Amino acid sequence: MKGLFVSPSPHRAADMSTSKIMLTVIIALFPAAMAGCVFFGPRAAAVLAVCIAACVIFEALCRIVMKKDQTIGDLSAVVTGLLLGMNLPATVPFYVAVIGSFVAIVVVKQLFGGIGQNFANPAIAARIVLMLSFTPQMSNWVKPYWYSGAVDAETSATPLAAEWLTYSESGANFKMAPFTLSEMFWGETGGCIGETCAAMLILGGLFLIVIKVISPATPIAFIGSFAVLTLIYTGSLTETVYGVLAGGLLIGAFFMATDYATTPLTTKGKVVFGIGCGLVTFIIRSFGSFPEGVSFSILLMNLLTPYIDRLTKASPFGAKKPVKAKS
Amino acid sequence: MNKLNGVHLSHNKGTKNCETIDFPLPKSVVIPMSQHMGAPCECLVKKGDTVTVGQKIGDTDAFMSAPIHSPVSGTVSDVIDFLLTSGAVCKAAVIESDGLQTVCPDVKPPEITDKQSLIAAVRESGLTGLGGAGFPTHIKLNFDAVKTPVDTLVINAAECEPYITSDFREMMESPMDVIEAILLVQKYLGIPICKLCIEDNKPEAIALMKKKTEDIKSIQIVALPSSYPQGAEKVIVYSATGRIVAEGELPSNQGVMVMNVSTAAHIYRYSQDGMPLIKRRLTVDGDAVTKNAGNYFVPIGTRVSELLEHCGVTEAKKVLYGGPMMGLCLYDTDQPVLKNNNAILAFKNGESPKTTACIRCGRCVRACPLNLMPVMIENAYNAEDIEELKRLKVTLCMNCGCCSYACPAHRPLAEINQLAKAMIPRK
Repeated sequence: MKGLFVSPSPHRAADMSTSKIMLTVIIALFPAAMAGCVFFGPRAAAVLAVCIAACVIFEALCRIVMKKDQTIGDLSAVVTGLLLGMNLPATVPFYVAVIGSFVAIVVVKQLFGGIGQNFANPAIAARIVLMLSFTPQMSNWVKPYWYSGAVDAETSATPLAAEWLTYSESGANFKMAPFTLSEMFWGETGGCIGETCAAMLILGGLFLIVIKVISPATPIAFIGSFAVLTLIYTGSLTETVYGVLAGGLLIGAFFMATDYATTPLTTKGKVVFGIGCGLVTFIIRSFGSFPEGVSFSILLMNLLTPYIDRLTKASPFGAKKPVKAKS
Repeated sequence: MNKLNGVHLSHNKGTKNCETIDFPLPKSVVIPMSQHMGAPCECLVKKGDTVTVGQKIGDTDAFMSAPIHSPVSGTVSDVIDFLLTSGAVCKAAVIESDGLQTVCPDVKPPEITDKQSLIAAVRESGLTGLGGAGFPTHIKLNFDAVKTPVDTLVINAAECEPYITSDFREMMESPMDVIEAILLVQKYLGIPICKLCIEDNKPEAIALMKKKTEDIKSIQIVALPSSYPQGAEKVIVYSATGRIVAEGELPSNQGVMVMNVSTAAHIYRYSQDGMPLIKRRLTVDGDAVTKNAGNYFVPIGTRVSELLEHCGVTEAKKVLYGGPMMGLCLYDTDQPVLKNNNAILAFKNGESPKTTACIRCGRCVRACPLNLMPVMIENAYNAEDIEELKRLKVTLCMNCGCCSYACPAHRPLAEINQLAKAMIPRK
């Protein structure tokens, strides 16, 4: 028998591919994205669609211009577009969303070599660029169901920007949260399209952990360290839970701080990364001039990832330390 | 004790109930002079010589080697240059069988009275590791009892590769050969404990061996979790004893000797009848096999094409010596069965999946039983950074293939590890 294939072992591969991984991430993000569309209406759905379409088109054009293999089939551009859209307010002008997609795909991802080579999470970097460049458009928050006409005022504050009310009762001062924890959990607050619904984000995150697409180490370390620091600082369990549910913490911890390319490889590294994110988020939220710090914390830790990787290398089984040559 | 990483494979042990049958005697056999790790043998016969069954036809004075014997009686029709799957070329004797199977007068049970006579007998039997690596067994037995005393004999019956059932059949069909062999080795080498390690996907073998060793205190049956590569030497030593065979060490440095179960059984059989290693049990299977998949006693040197024909293989795109994880591809089915072939597998699809860019998911890191970081090794290899390759300990890689298997981008990581090893200059 002739014409046999000859290749090095192994001759079997697990039934997994990059596009399958990306598809599971899209599925995991879907419930939270849908919740955002329910709260913020057709306009939110349109923002998501614009981001996804722009990201895919930019990716395709980049690959054509750079004369490289087409990679839109791996669905990573869809994930980036979806994540970026979920990190924008529903009222954002479409041209801002397109600029964000350009920054994410062209500047952060393709100019650095495409999938797996980007130094920072494309969606996070794009969100930060937009936040600093289009601050008014990026902080125009609307109330849930604003589009239905059932709510009297359209604009709303986000849970992190809203003032806590102080009231006195029988001589003691109490603080009252601007939103109830139930509203926070189900996402009926102002905020970015995909970040408000904690319930659906946790559901999606747990799905990814159960099917082993992401490691639980990062979200546990991120959310855990943030919660512990907040609890120590405020001494209030309500404020701690409020802080965990508020802003981009959950979408950040489950979906952005677990991005493969820009986070450490080993479990040890992932724990360091998560704790770093939790610490920076806590510092910015408590002492910084921005109400929210999740994006900045993840971006900062993205930049530290090569160093974390270096310091948290796996120790090979039975390896001997090199004997230094005697001089 | 930590569990080592690995991957979970589908077992495909469809031939486990196929009792071993004798494969019909081939008309002609091809016997390469290099069928083991180490120096090739010199061919002791020339064109036109007549040979008998069990006659030594290849040997050498080199330390690391094992002699080679004729599996048939007949005439040497040619001595050819033969291209091995490793890419090396060696001499090979082509022998036409006369069908009489006249046994060589030299074949008689050896006299074994002490360690040295056991080792000499094992060398004469031409025995090499039958599990795949083909390490000459007499060298393994000849450990230095003073510098590296061995207190535990680990018999490797993990058989963690998919499809292969030849070691399983060895235990089911001749359990007493295995046990007698263990007792023989323990007696003459002074090894107090033996751990016979079997993966727990073979409960029948575990039950049978437990029953047969009920009254033998020195032999323990150990059931290991079915996780690839459980049967790799360092992995099985750790799983069975908790000892870590460190970088640059042999198992004997940790007081352990590892031997494949079929290899052990052959020692006992040789001690009884003096017939050297001229045939072996192997599994023929794979999705291109249309009939007669099963286990066969096959004379060494039988052309694989004869096995495939017997098993109804007409369209195969890939044929392997050994299992799908570590097996070697045949370039031509006229290549012969060698001493270390525990299986011949034929598959319809030979193409490897398309490679895409690394996404740094870390699955290779989590799959590596030795905790290496294939993703970083690949980067260092591409950068030709030899110092970094040394720091990443690529030389520890045993080419089990878990990293390539687990990679969603289908990158040939195991292959790159081997290339990276070769990049490091030898001292």
